[in-house]
Amino acid sequence: MNIIVCIKRVPDTETRIRVGDDGTSIDPNGVKYVLSPYDEFAVEAALRLKEARGEGEVTVITLGDDASQETLRTALAMGADRAVLLQGEVTADGLATAKGLAAEIRESDPPLVLLGVKAADDDGQQVGPMLATLLGRPCATAVSSFEVTDAGVVCRSEVEGGTRVLELPLPAVVTITKGEYEPRYASLKGIMAAKRKPLEKKEAEMGPARLQVKAMELPKERVAGRIVGEGPDAVPELVRLLREEANVL
Amino acid sequence: MKILAIAEQRDGLLRGVSREVVSAAAGVAIGHEGEVDVLLVGGEGIEAQAAELNGSGAARVLVAAHGALADYHPDGYARILKGVVEAGGYNAVFLPATSQGKDLAPRLAALLDVPLAQDITGIAVVNGALELLRPVYAGKAFTRISVDATPVLATLRPNVFQPQDWQAEVDVESVEITEDPSSWPTRIVSFEATGGDIPDVAEAGVVVAGGRGLKDPENWNVLEDLRSALGNSAGLGASRAVVDAGWRPHGEQVGQTGKTVAPKLYFAVGISGAIQHLAGMRTAGTIVAVNRDADAPIFKVADYGIVGDLFEVVPRLTQEIRTLKGEG
Repeated sequence: MNIIVCIKRVPDTETRIRVGDDGTSIDPNGVKYVLSPYDEFAVEAALRLKEARGEGEVTVITLGDDASQETLRTALAMGADRAVLLQGEVTADGLATAKGLAAEIRESDPPLVLLGVKAADDDGQQVGPMLATLLGRPCATAVSSFEVTDAGVVCRSEVEGGTRVLELPLPAVVTITKGEYEPRYASLKGIMAAKRKPLEKKEAEMGPARLQVKAMELPKERVAGRIVGEGPDAVPELVRLLREEANVL
Repeated sequence: MKILAIAEQRDGLLRGVSREVVSAAAGVAIGHEGEVDVLLVGGEGIEAQAAELNGSGAARVLVAAHGALADYHPDGYARILKGVVEAGGYNAVFLPATSQGKDLAPRLAALLDVPLAQDITGIAVVNGALELLRPVYAGKAFTRISVDATPVLATLRPNVFQPQDWQAEVDVESVEITEDPSSWPTRIVSFEATGGDIPDVAEAGVVVAGGRGLKDPENWNVLEDLRSALGNSAGLGASRAVVDAGWRPHGEQVGQTGKTVAPKLYFAVGISGAIQHLAGMRTAGTIVAVNRDADAPIFKVADYGIVGDLFEVVPRLTQEIRTLKGEG
């Protein structure tokens, strides 16, 4: 079974964010970029499925500039077979991105497309189900584990207060969240092999971005409050403050 | 400005977040010569829930009732919404940024060919156009965005927009369903409840969150006792460290790669305060930290802190709160 995994290059989640000179995006200086954590789960899920079935090819696709090649190589080092870089503008408009991915994926039409539930930069959480809708495929989101059966793919989708189990006929699109697919570390052998795996570059066929970022701002720093006291003896005073000063009890 | 607010129900009961979305829509529409319609999708008899929206600021509630729509069905709901949005000529469509809303809105966006802003925390009207505020990098930054398409489509973060009371009853109209459920490819197999009656951390009014300071998953009863003393609106949260260690489910994780929360009261117990955790809870109303380490970064964002052994402090806190509520 051939699987496509759509991935994204994002700042490491430990990054301290500063607003760049343009006032609409982050200052990239000194920022370490990584494969988005949710996309790592998706790559891991694809590799496990391939290994379990003993056949098929895992292709990773990203949309971005040349720097994203590094992110593709990370996924190849984990074990993906080949990579495609769709050269285009990374935009806040998820639908423009989904159109770019759909134009590429429509051609190869694999039975399963996986993505992370969201990218750990703009937290857009939309490209997967948009891509599915554009391709006319069913989609399950925020899936912590799935199983391919004769009838299709059975997905465990995490929602408030529980898990919804859905069955989708193939071909389908599934977005992955934290759960079953703790990602592997790339081995040295994997890193060496990744350098020789095919990485194709082509122009992305995106729509125009119709959602614009007018400004990016940092949240107000919270003013540090006070240490009420030490140990359990401070509890009555804390309760009094929560009740009389903060009005939250 | 004509706005459609999508209500959410589960098990035939309107969810509280629906009123937040309707009120936010009404707050924008009423100041700009507009009106708000609500779309309520559910099973047979769901129209009885429309009365819950009296005084919410909506003029009309459109009810799409069908046996096959009792539980959320992604394919069915997306198609029903598309029909109602196209027929109504709306300037904007707002959904709750719940699991369901965040699953449904992108499908609707693709069907309507308009962009989507997920999980917004503010709405303004600037020169006659909507400007939306949305957190990015899990709350480490915010963006102000504009949308060059109609309708403007957005999901609204729970617990951020306050439900309002307007003195007006809603008119109820039914939506004709021409959809054939057998044409929906997705099959809903089952729902497995995990948290019982405990609200999800993203929707809870009060959150009790624990970290590595709890030392062992067995010790979570200490937090569960505090949570239960705080009442039915309180939920449980967890740091990434304890989720990665397998002590707690990912659904409880607060911070980047988990959930961003905005409860009115947040207890951080045994949580040191990594930057990715702080990003996820910094918009809470009041933050209380309990930690052994007086230098822990969590104290830099907490309104109130107690330095000490959580196994002594938290049971005492639970006891004091029970006494306060007349249960002790």
